[in-house]
Amino acid sequence: MATLAQSNSMKVTTPRRPLIQKRQTRELVSTLLVTGLGLAVLAIFLMPLGYMVTSAFKLDSQLSGQNPPLWPATAATFKYQDKEYPLYNVPTDQGVKQYALVQGYREDSDVMDPAHPEKGIFNVKGRWRTWEAIYNFKPVLVNFKSANEQINFARLYFNTFAIATLSTIGTLISCIAVAYGFARFRIPGKNILFIVLISTIVLPTQATIIPLYILFTKIGWVGTWLPLIVPAFFANAYDVFLLRQYIMTIPKELDEAAMIDGANPLRTLTSVILPQAVPAVTAVTLFHFFYAWNDYFNPLVYLVGKENLYPLSVGLANFVGAFSRFPGAAMASASIAIILPVIMFFLAQRQFMQGIVITGVEK
Amino acid sequence: MTVANQAAVRPVALAQPQRKVSANRRRHVTWGLFFLTPWFIGFLAFQLLPIVSTIFLSFTDYNQTQQFAIGNFNMVGLKNYTRLFTDPVIGQAMGVTLRYAVFAVPIGIIIPLLFATLVNSRHLFASNIFRTLFYLPYIIPLVASVMIFQGVLNAQSGWINLMIKAVLGVEEGPRWLSDPTWVLPALNILGIWGVGNAMLILLAGLQGVPTELYEAATVDGANGVQKFFNITIPMISPLIFYNLTLGVIGAFQYFVVAMLIGGRNGDPQGATMFYNLHFYRTAFVFNEMGYGSTLALLLFVIIMLLTGLMFYSAQKLVYYAGGEA
Repeated sequence: MATLAQSNSMKVTTPRRPLIQKRQTRELVSTLLVTGLGLAVLAIFLMPLGYMVTSAFKLDSQLSGQNPPLWPATAATFKYQDKEYPLYNVPTDQGVKQYALVQGYREDSDVMDPAHPEKGIFNVKGRWRTWEAIYNFKPVLVNFKSANEQINFARLYFNTFAIATLSTIGTLISCIAVAYGFARFRIPGKNILFIVLISTIVLPTQATIIPLYILFTKIGWVGTWLPLIVPAFFANAYDVFLLRQYIMTIPKELDEAAMIDGANPLRTLTSVILPQAVPAVTAVTLFHFFYAWNDYFNPLVYLVGKENLYPLSVGLANFVGAFSRFPGAAMASASIAIILPVIMFFLAQRQFMQGIVITGVEK
Repeated sequence: MTVANQAAVRPVALAQPQRKVSANRRRHVTWGLFFLTPWFIGFLAFQLLPIVSTIFLSFTDYNQTQQFAIGNFNMVGLKNYTRLFTDPVIGQAMGVTLRYAVFAVPIGIIIPLLFATLVNSRHLFASNIFRTLFYLPYIIPLVASVMIFQGVLNAQSGWINLMIKAVLGVEEGPRWLSDPTWVLPALNILGIWGVGNAMLILLAGLQGVPTELYEAATVDGANGVQKFFNITIPMISPLIFYNLTLGVIGAFQYFVVAMLIGGRNGDPQGATMFYNLHFYRTAFVFNEMGYGSTLALLLFVIIMLLTGLMFYSAQKLVYYAGGEA
């Protein structure tokens, strides 16, 4: 054992006897440890979502209360003679009692006992600020109402949906066609063209947006959705690359069989290639839809001032500053904004992740 | 027939070699070009011509007050380019972008790699659910994420500061979004939410590493850490490289979050004046499109240089299992 191991370039250690002998127990312990670690990491990672959900149902006033709990709650109160007095857990000589605070002073306080209202107001020694307030679990929906009043979610959703759908349709039509051209046809100079195509992936938007903005202003498209939708009908490098790689894995024999049967290339595309390329096509649809849904820069530049044409990204962005002091409304808005993408994602997650793997690993 | 006549019959065939392009081939190529047409038009109209125009505009001081027509331009030569050197905001913008990138890029590789390793572990129960949940924040619209993180990073009631108070026992956590020192780390924290995509790609890479390599290492007595650094990392180095490139380019195109948190002026006190924000403000707020074009070109050159640099160093560091591409 000695010489062979030492002659390796890797530094090796002699194996130790494992801590737990029985294999099954060892496996179980490993699973528990790793899964536990995973859950802890996941909890921290998704913690902001927890914040969003709980804050959306909280009253903003809860945050300024005394040691408010993390979950939506309102202070428990005791009603006496048409006034509400907050309840606290008060440490006394007879143990911890629940009293309603009427008036708090520095070293003592006037309280009432809700269980014995006939006793009236009496004085207890203790600093009321150190007492623990009692809360009732009470989620509220008022944040959603106020958010909906300030932001026209229906309009924003419709706009975003329209822009995303139209540009996805354009992307599909053009990218499938171009990818088919690159994958199946021997065109002179095709390799050079393909290299040009790929290098446009690294082209930053900024390098072209000023002249494009000027152009679109000149033809009057600024202030409409057209600059966002029409370019999608002319293919983009990323999706063409994905589709081309995938189409190249479809056996050419299928094409040839179709040709023998008299199909022209267009017919071959629709009847032979497309059915075979469903995973990649689904991936492109999902990718582009989400990309268009989340795009902020382009709508910001081209739709300037036309508020009723804004997609969610721009429409919501205007309220980021306004809501920074109203966390309840902000979180309610965020919840409404993410509901649709999240649902779509959960429904289509498998295709989605398959698509990413196709793109990313093929590089 | 005499020899002379025979010679007279043949010259056409011998005079020049003829190259026949069959009708079939011509048709094939025509169809191919037909399918490529959308890209031809798109490339010319939306990429090539605009780039040329940007270069042209960088030599003018066009600011959109006049009609965009020949003859309405003030050619100012290299004035915009010399301005690059005297512009105080550029230094600030570069500084902010690089200060952000120096943390964001490693975070954007290490954290997804760790997550991917976790999800790939055979000891993890229900790893598919973990995978989906780790990916989830990536598809949350960025604007919504900013709103959420504004709440989470709130100095008083945000959960991050509450956790800091609970764990470290300090009186007050940092005022994340209003303190110039802390705002970039806050953006880095927000950036952690976006690792889902990189995690997925790295996960696919991890699953593609042949198990024989690990088995051979076990036979040689290697422990988990050694296996990770000597097998896993080299085998997925192309994907790490891919994510590294994208990460650096992404830092230079960082815009949405900077705009939402810092507004047009990169508050607080210019601590979020990213390069892209400076570009946007110059071109679309101040309407200085000539100088803005210069800024855009500088960005383009920087990205090209970085990409080239990374491809060059990749040849030394990256191992392609399938042979050199």
